[in-house]
Amino acid sequence: MRAKSLAEFGLPVELAEAHAPVVLFDRVNLSFDDKVILRDVTFSVRAGHTKIFLGASGAGKSTILKLMLGLLKPDSGTIWVLGHRVDLMDEAQLMRVRHHMGMVFQEGALFDSFTVGENVGYKLYEETILPLEEVRQRVDEVLGFVGLAAHVDKLPSALSGGQRRRVAIARAMAARPTLLLYDEATTGLDPMTALTVDAEIVKLRDVEQVTSVLVTHQLRDAFYVATHEARRNAAGQIEIFEASEQKIEEADFLMIREGQVAFEGHASDLRATKDPYLKEFLS
Amino acid sequence: MNGMRIWFIEWIKKALLEVQEYVRMCVAAGAAMFSRPFYFRDVIEQIDVIGLGSLTVVLLTGFFTGAVLALQSGMTLDQFGARPFVGRLISASMIKELGPVLTALMLAGRVGSGIAAELGSMVVTEQISALRALGTDPIRKLVVPRVLAGFIMCPILTVVSDTVGMLGGWIVALTQLRVSSGVYWSAVVEGLFIQDVYMGIIKPFFLGIVIVTIGCHVGLRTSGGTQGVGRSTTNAVVAASVLVLIVDFFVTRLLISILF
Repeated sequence: MRAKSLAEFGLPVELAEAHAPVVLFDRVNLSFDDKVILRDVTFSVRAGHTKIFLGASGAGKSTILKLMLGLLKPDSGTIWVLGHRVDLMDEAQLMRVRHHMGMVFQEGALFDSFTVGENVGYKLYEETILPLEEVRQRVDEVLGFVGLAAHVDKLPSALSGGQRRRVAIARAMAARPTLLLYDEATTGLDPMTALTVDAEIVKLRDVEQVTSVLVTHQLRDAFYVATHEARRNAAGQIEIFEASEQKIEEADFLMIREGQVAFEGHASDLRATKDPYLKEFLS
Repeated sequence: MNGMRIWFIEWIKKALLEVQEYVRMCVAAGAAMFSRPFYFRDVIEQIDVIGLGSLTVVLLTGFFTGAVLALQSGMTLDQFGARPFVGRLISASMIKELGPVLTALMLAGRVGSGIAAELGSMVVTEQISALRALGTDPIRKLVVPRVLAGFIMCPILTVVSDTVGMLGGWIVALTQLRVSSGVYWSAVVEGLFIQDVYMGIIKPFFLGIVIVTIGCHVGLRTSGGTQGVGRSTTNAVVAASVLVLIVDFFVTRLLISILF
């Protein structure tokens, strides 16, 4: 696959522009010692869209999210996130970009000595000057959004795996991020619980207008997020529907194979692929 | 032979990398103390954990060190008919050397290992990455409060240890050695110069910083799951204990040249 140059994405990024790219990787390379993790990776994520990274374990998917957050630095290439060159930023500068981002980690990565409420409100308590009452209101609001309002005073160890992931989503969305990154948010969960987590991702994207980047090797979850959309009904409740053609077009799949982009396209393109590796992966 | 040389070079490289990362962390923590955001609540919490939490172990160590010192030195001093001078020996030993070093070694075991295990667990469960993703600098949030708490509490705990050590010595002197209280406490005061007191109070500031920074550094460099956490805990105690003795020597040497 040909790697697009930076100019083809039309940078500098104007965030005010509808569907402007909020993430842009341009020929990113990364190695740990002699092991190549990413090779010439190029892609963009547009505002309000969903990008779903597929690939086998160890393919380099989670590394891409860590590069977006600036937790890792690439060996070469450029990374733009929300209009900032994050690959050139120091930790203090990155903190300002991260204020507009949220991440759901593989195992939730909840602070185990904090209650659910403290976990969810952490960023608002510690990194903003919001009055305590407003923080509490927001915590109740997001916990209500993920259906865990009754668990606000519990410790994470008292929750099930699925509940912990939903708390992690609530924590990531509490500060109203522009961009949310999900690292294997449904791995290790049973199909029914995974579906509830998928529904939260869809709701957050469509109701709260959050650009979503998903890393997963669970095909069922990936296709569910790509082919469903959430809307409020007349009573103000959020319902999940089969997505419209336009909504499906807004979800891109990107297959990472041995650190390289092996496929990029929509759900229908992926299903129609003739590539033997992709066909085996999908089977 | 060639394999041995390669192994040695690799070992040196790794050691230098550790030193580099340790110095970087200390410099970052030092800079973070004088800029915002500053997590004051965490400093108070760590003062409680490191200071009050270590009080029992420091009290017991100090008391029995003073007591056994009185017993042992009483026997030796008897040979010269100098039993009444036992208080002088205890105050000089406790305040100048045993108080600071034993308190520091106890803190290395209790606090250094605790910090390494806590931060190590946070690393392997991605809580440190989560902190960074949430816009919090782990150095400011986790390292600075612990360093400040160690810096403040180590000297205070040392004074406590010195005091109960002399009390332990007094009880033994009174009950076992039959030295009167007046003679014992007079000897305690006579045995001390103000420079000794300065030395006994200045040294723990350095030792407190060493114990906590080593615990934080080893904890934050943890890798390899729960096994890695166990390894980090052991490494933190060993490194902090050895460094306490080394730093104690150099700081003592420096203070002797300045104070005397």
